[in-house]
Amino acid sequence: MITQDDISIALAGSPVRRRRERRIRRLFLGAAAASVLISVAIVASLFGEAWTFISNVGFTPLADIGWFPRRGLYDIRTLLVGTLLVAGIAMVVAGPLGMGTAVYLSEYASPRTRRWLKPAVEMLAGIPSVVLGYFALTFISPSLLRPIFGEGLSGFNMLAAGLGVGILTIPLVASVTEDSLRAVPLALREAAYGLGATKMSTSIRVVIPAAVSGIVASMIIAFSRAIGETMVVAIAAGATGGSLFTVDPLGGGQTMTAAMASLAIGSDRVRGDDYAFQSLFFLGLVLFLATLILNVVAERFVRRVRRQY
Amino acid sequence: MNASAIATAPEAVVRALTTRRRDLRGGAFRLVLLGSLLVAIGVLVTLLVDIGARSASVWGDRGIVDLISTEMSADPERAGIWQAFYGSLVLMVFTAALAFPLGIGAAIYLEEYALDTRFTRIVNANIRNLAGVPSIVYGLLGLAIFVKILGGLTGPNVEGRSIISGGLTLGILVLPIVIITTAEALRAVPVAIREGAVGVGATQWQAIRHHVLPVAAPGILTGTILSLGRAFGEAAPLLLVGGITTFFSSGGAGFVETLQGRFSAMPVLVFSWARLPQAEFKALTAALIVVMLVVLLLINATAIYLRNRFEKGVKT
Repeated sequence: MITQDDISIALAGSPVRRRRERRIRRLFLGAAAASVLISVAIVASLFGEAWTFISNVGFTPLADIGWFPRRGLYDIRTLLVGTLLVAGIAMVVAGPLGMGTAVYLSEYASPRTRRWLKPAVEMLAGIPSVVLGYFALTFISPSLLRPIFGEGLSGFNMLAAGLGVGILTIPLVASVTEDSLRAVPLALREAAYGLGATKMSTSIRVVIPAAVSGIVASMIIAFSRAIGETMVVAIAAGATGGSLFTVDPLGGGQTMTAAMASLAIGSDRVRGDDYAFQSLFFLGLVLFLATLILNVVAERFVRRVRRQY
Repeated sequence: MNASAIATAPEAVVRALTTRRRDLRGGAFRLVLLGSLLVAIGVLVTLLVDIGARSASVWGDRGIVDLISTEMSADPERAGIWQAFYGSLVLMVFTAALAFPLGIGAAIYLEEYALDTRFTRIVNANIRNLAGVPSIVYGLLGLAIFVKILGGLTGPNVEGRSIISGGLTLGILVLPIVIITTAEALRAVPVAIREGAVGVGATQWQAIRHHVLPVAAPGILTGTILSLGRAFGEAAPLLLVGGITTFFSSGGAGFVETLQGRFSAMPVLVFSWARLPQAEFKALTAALIVVMLVVLLLINATAIYLRNRFEKGVKT
């Protein structure tokens, strides 16, 4: 005779089976929780040392003649201005070039040429940033910039670094922008053509405005990537150890990330009596918060695109 | 509008639609767009040609085997890349061993098991944010945890600045990328496949193991292997956890001692060689970059090969 228990076991599976299922589920939950743990660890380690730094050094040295952590000079303006300078130059390069690439791929290229051109652009994204740093130092700076700026240009300079970072971010702008352009429904383009619009005015007046939040997001993400980029600047902009406050892109300089890298190379001296080691984490915290905010803002924009149409 | 204008209107419309007046501005616009794309590709080609040309003298004098098998040296005539090459390979093994199981497991939980709760949404948002954190911040995490706190375990004789610390740091760095690409691959598997499996009495895990994962495998493999390529090119976090280029023996020590010892990696070596003033090092750096790009190419080719193979095996 079939009992109630038999039915419920048949429907829900045997207790052994169910227990095993629960164990597997918990295992995967643990893996997912690990990612949260990592974020907590990042924030905790950054805040801890950054707090030691700020509470011992105070805010006064944060606006002095330059960034020389080993001498106790922590002028963070130097690094902020350097970072904005490099990222600004990068955006001047990556913004238009990435947008142009995206509009061409999405609106003009035939499916066949697109199949060849898109991977070519994506290959640029796969080039390691140390390689672009080397390229900026050995090609962009001496062969491209020196003929234009002559002797005013120093061997290590922020302009070459900015151009290198810009090249690195072109594929990022291009791919996010292209995604949002392609998300614009075909009907909008057909409506424009139906009114007699040319391809150009359809692209500029209809497709691009319809995709504007995705385009803005791509710019924000690229900017965030540019301020977090380390190796290009560390190689091409020089200034090991420290830098005087400067706004001259033709000279050497320092960004937050490059300052962290150059502090770390003198690995043994990082743990000196001063707060050089802690200053690493202070910079890291500033960088972490800045990119976090930019990424969250960018995601808001992307989500707005998805909700439309 | 007067009567004659209305009368001529149809002809005007026909003329406007049929005459092939050259659209100069449109043509120029198209050229500008194509130009920006060609600049991007041109930069890539210039970079490859420039580095190839610079490295030519090294290939002529030394050959690739000598370059890879020779140890590092301050003398450009004798310097090779052995420690960096070996270090990069070991780092990749660490990265894969840490990031693949954790990342794929987390993605399976988020896509297959998790309900749409507040917790799930927080975890998802958190992972997307982690993917946008600059790599050097991961270096700080490695410095704080693997080097300072766990230094006694990761590298007792080198203050924690060991290849273990480096490998764990890179593993954590690519974890969010692995989770995101795996989750995308799982999301692309049709719900009907799960329903079919559960309908014939499979448990949820059996449905995932035998039905969902095989279908998602090409996407998962491609994404995870490409993430290895990303870790392979990273130098910044390794600088912070102690990747160095000034040690000159690969040591006859045992395996565990090697793992707990100092290390170098190819991107780190590019960084320090690129800044050296001697012209010979410029050529050596170019040759080192060529080796790196070839390894990257192999990683990407593996990903594509595996994807094609798995796609042939499973039909959806």
